[in-house]
Amino acid sequence: MSGVAHQASIKQVGTEPNFLIRLWRNKDTRSIILQILTMALLFAFLAYIINNAVLNLAVLGKTFSFDFLGFPASYDINQRLIEYTSQSTHFRAMLVGILNTALVAFFGIITATILGFLFGIIRLSNNWIASHIVYCIIEFTRNIPVLLHILLIHGIIVHVLPSPHQAHTLADSIFLSNRGLTIPDPIFGEGFSFTVIAFFAAIGIIIAFARWARKVREESGRIYPVFWISTGILFGLPFLVFLLSGSPLVWVVPELGRFNLKGGITMIPEFLALWLALSLYTSVFIAEIVRAGILAISKGQWEASQAVGLQRNRILHLVIIPQALRVIIPPLTSQYLNLTKNSSLAIAIGYMDIVATIGGISMMQTGKEMESMILVLSIYLCFSLVISAFMNWYNRRIKLVER
Amino acid sequence: MTLGKEEKTPAVTEDGGYLPGTHPDLPPPSSVHGPVHWIKVNLFGSVVDTALTLLAVYFLYSALTFLVGWMFINAAFTGESRNDCRAVADGACWAFIGNRLSLFIYGFYPEPERWRVDLSFVLLILAIVPVLYEDMPQRGKALTYSCLYPLIAAWLLVGGFGLEKVSTDQFGGLMLNVVIGVTGIAFSLPIGIVLALGRQSQLPIVRILCVSFIEIIRGVPLITLLFVAAVMLSYFVPPGTNFDLLVRMLIMVTLFASGYMAEVIRGGLQAIPNGQYEAADAMGLKYWQSMRLVVLPQALKISIPGIVNTFIALYKDTTLVIVIGRLDILGIGNSSLADTKWQGLSTEVYIFVALFFFFSCFSMSRYSLWLEKKLHTGH
Repeated sequence: MSGVAHQASIKQVGTEPNFLIRLWRNKDTRSIILQILTMALLFAFLAYIINNAVLNLAVLGKTFSFDFLGFPASYDINQRLIEYTSQSTHFRAMLVGILNTALVAFFGIITATILGFLFGIIRLSNNWIASHIVYCIIEFTRNIPVLLHILLIHGIIVHVLPSPHQAHTLADSIFLSNRGLTIPDPIFGEGFSFTVIAFFAAIGIIIAFARWARKVREESGRIYPVFWISTGILFGLPFLVFLLSGSPLVWVVPELGRFNLKGGITMIPEFLALWLALSLYTSVFIAEIVRAGILAISKGQWEASQAVGLQRNRILHLVIIPQALRVIIPPLTSQYLNLTKNSSLAIAIGYMDIVATIGGISMMQTGKEMESMILVLSIYLCFSLVISAFMNWYNRRIKLVER
Repeated sequence: MTLGKEEKTPAVTEDGGYLPGTHPDLPPPSSVHGPVHWIKVNLFGSVVDTALTLLAVYFLYSALTFLVGWMFINAAFTGESRNDCRAVADGACWAFIGNRLSLFIYGFYPEPERWRVDLSFVLLILAIVPVLYEDMPQRGKALTYSCLYPLIAAWLLVGGFGLEKVSTDQFGGLMLNVVIGVTGIAFSLPIGIVLALGRQSQLPIVRILCVSFIEIIRGVPLITLLFVAAVMLSYFVPPGTNFDLLVRMLIMVTLFASGYMAEVIRGGLQAIPNGQYEAADAMGLKYWQSMRLVVLPQALKISIPGIVNTFIALYKDTTLVIVIGRLDILGIGNSSLADTKWQGLSTEVYIFVALFFFFSCFSMSRYSLWLEKKLHTGH
C-alpha cells in the first residue's frame, strides 16, 4: 500500500505540475487567489443589484437623491422635543424621530438597569418567597414577545384607565388617565442657574472625594462611608444653594380643563407604554445577567474575605461587586443595544420614532423607499456603535483600575 | 461504623450520666433544623427580609385573587358576542377566543385544505427528532429526511404538483409564526456556520467581510429589515420579476437569524481546544475535511443550547410581521378586535396569545437548560 503511494508521489514530482497548479498548492499564493476571488464575487454581486436598482428606478421614473429631506413634511407628530410643525421639513421630522427614539431608549435603559439589578438581587436573596415570586415574574416576562408587552400595556392605558375627569391622582398634582401621565411642570426662575452650577460642583467634589477616600483606604486601610457622604453632598449642596438663592422654582400644577388637563408635562400613552414595556422586558434579562455575574464569583472569594474579617456589605462592595461587574458589563451592553433596537416597535402603537417618521410617513409620502431605509438603517447602526463604544470604554476602565 | 456504635451498650455511671464517648447521638435542637428553622432563616431572617416576605405575601394574595377571579370564577366561556359574555359574568370573555380558535391557528388558509397544515406540522416534529436525539438508530437516514423537510413542507403548504395552490397571502395565525421561525432557523444554520468559520478565517478579506456582515445585521432592528423586505428588496431584482412578499420576508428573517447564529456557533468553535485543530492538521486533513470531520461535529454539539435560545428569540420576533401587514397569531387577535360584536376585548386576546407564547417558549427554554446540564456533565 505505502509502496504504491510512494511511487505515485515520486511520479507527481517527476511530472512538474504546471504553473497555475503550483500557485494553487502554495499556501500564500492560494490565500491571495481566494481573497481576490471573494472580492470579485462580492463586487459582481454588488454591481448586479445596483444595476437592477438603477433599472428599476428608471422604470418607475424615480431618482436616487436625498433632496426630499428639504421638502415640507406636512404631517403632525404627537410628541416633539424640538420645535416642529407640519410645515417643517422631512429632515426636521427625522430629527424629532431620532430624539424620540433616544428619549425612550435613555429612560428605558435607566429604569431597566435599576429594575434589573433589584430583581437580580432579590432572586439571589435567602428569602424563599420573594426570590420565587421574582423567578415567576422573570420567566413570564421573558417568554412573551416584547411586542405583546407593548400592545398589552398600551391597551390597558388606553382602554382600562379612566378619562382625565376621573383620573387617578396623587396629591392632586400627578394625574394618571387614558391620556397619559401628567406631572407638574417646573418653571425655573432667575438665579436657578446657581443651583445647576452647585449640582455640577457637587459631582466634581464627589469624584475628588471618592479618589481621596480610595487613596486613604489603599494606604492606611481606613474606610469612609463614601456612599452616604456622596449622597449627602449630591443632594445637600444644590439644595442649600437653592434655598440661599431664594427658591427660584415654581411648579405649574396641572388643572382640569373642560376636556383635558391643562398645564404640566404630559407623557403620552404611547411613550408610557413603550417605556414601561421595554424597561420590564429588558430588566428581566438584566436580572439574569446580574445573578449569573454574582454567582460566577467563586465561593473562595467570599470565604477569603470573611477570613480577613470583612463585614458582609464590605465584602460585596470591595470584593464581589468589582469582580462581578467585569462579568456583567459585556452582556449588559448587548441588552442596552437590544432595548434601543426594540424601541423601533414603537410604530405598532403610533409612537413617532425614527422608523415611524422617516421610515414610515415620510417614506410613504415621498416614495423614496431606498433613501429612507438607508437613512434608518445607518441611524440604528450609529446608535449601536455609540452605545457599544461607550460600554467598551467603561469596560476597559474598570479592568485597568481594578487590576 | 454506625453498626459498631449501636452494638456498644451505653455505659451508665453511678449518678445516672454517661461515660465519656458513650452518649447516644441526639437530634439537633429544633432551632437549627426542621420547618420552623427553615421559615426563620428563609422568610424572617432579618428586618428587611420580614418586610420583603410580608410584602411578597400581600402581593401574591392580591394578584392571585384578582387573576383567578377574572380569568376563571367571573369568566364567561360560551356566547356569541361580547354582550352574551357580559350578561353572564363581568370577568374575562373567553368565548371570543373559542369562537375564533381556528382563525388563530390557520389564519385564512382555505378550510378544506387545512389537513395539509396539520400534516406538515406532524412531519415537522418527526424532522426535529433526529436533530435533537443523537442516540437514535439510523440517525443518518433520518437526518437526510430532516434536510429535505423544508422542501416537503413548502410543497404541502403552497401546493402545486397535484395539490391545489394556496396563495401565501392566506397564510396566517400560528401557522405563519411557525413557518417563519422554522425557515429562519433551518436556513440560517448553514449560513451561520459559514459566517462563523469566515470570522475565524486566516484570510483577512474574508474575515472582514464576515465580521461586517454579522455586525451590521446585529446592529439594526428586525423591524427595519422587514421594512426593507417589504419596500426595498424588490428594487434589487431584475425589472419585471415579481417575487412573493412572504419569500422576501423569509430571506430577511433568515439573514437576521444567521447573524445571531454565527455568533452562537463562533462560541462553540472557540470552546473547542486548540489541540483538536492541531491534531486534525497533524493527521493531514485539509481545511474543509478537518472542519467537517473533527471540529464542527463537536462545536455544533455544544452550540445546540445556544441554537435553541436563538430559535426562541426568533420565534418571539415572528410577531413583528404585523408591522408590515401580515397577520400572525398576534395580528389575527389584533384585527379581530375591530369586530363590532367583540369590541373592547383586547386584554383577553393579548393574555391568550401571551399564555400561548409563554408555554411554548418556556418549555423550549427548559429543554435547552436541560441540554446544557447534560452537556456540562458529559466531560
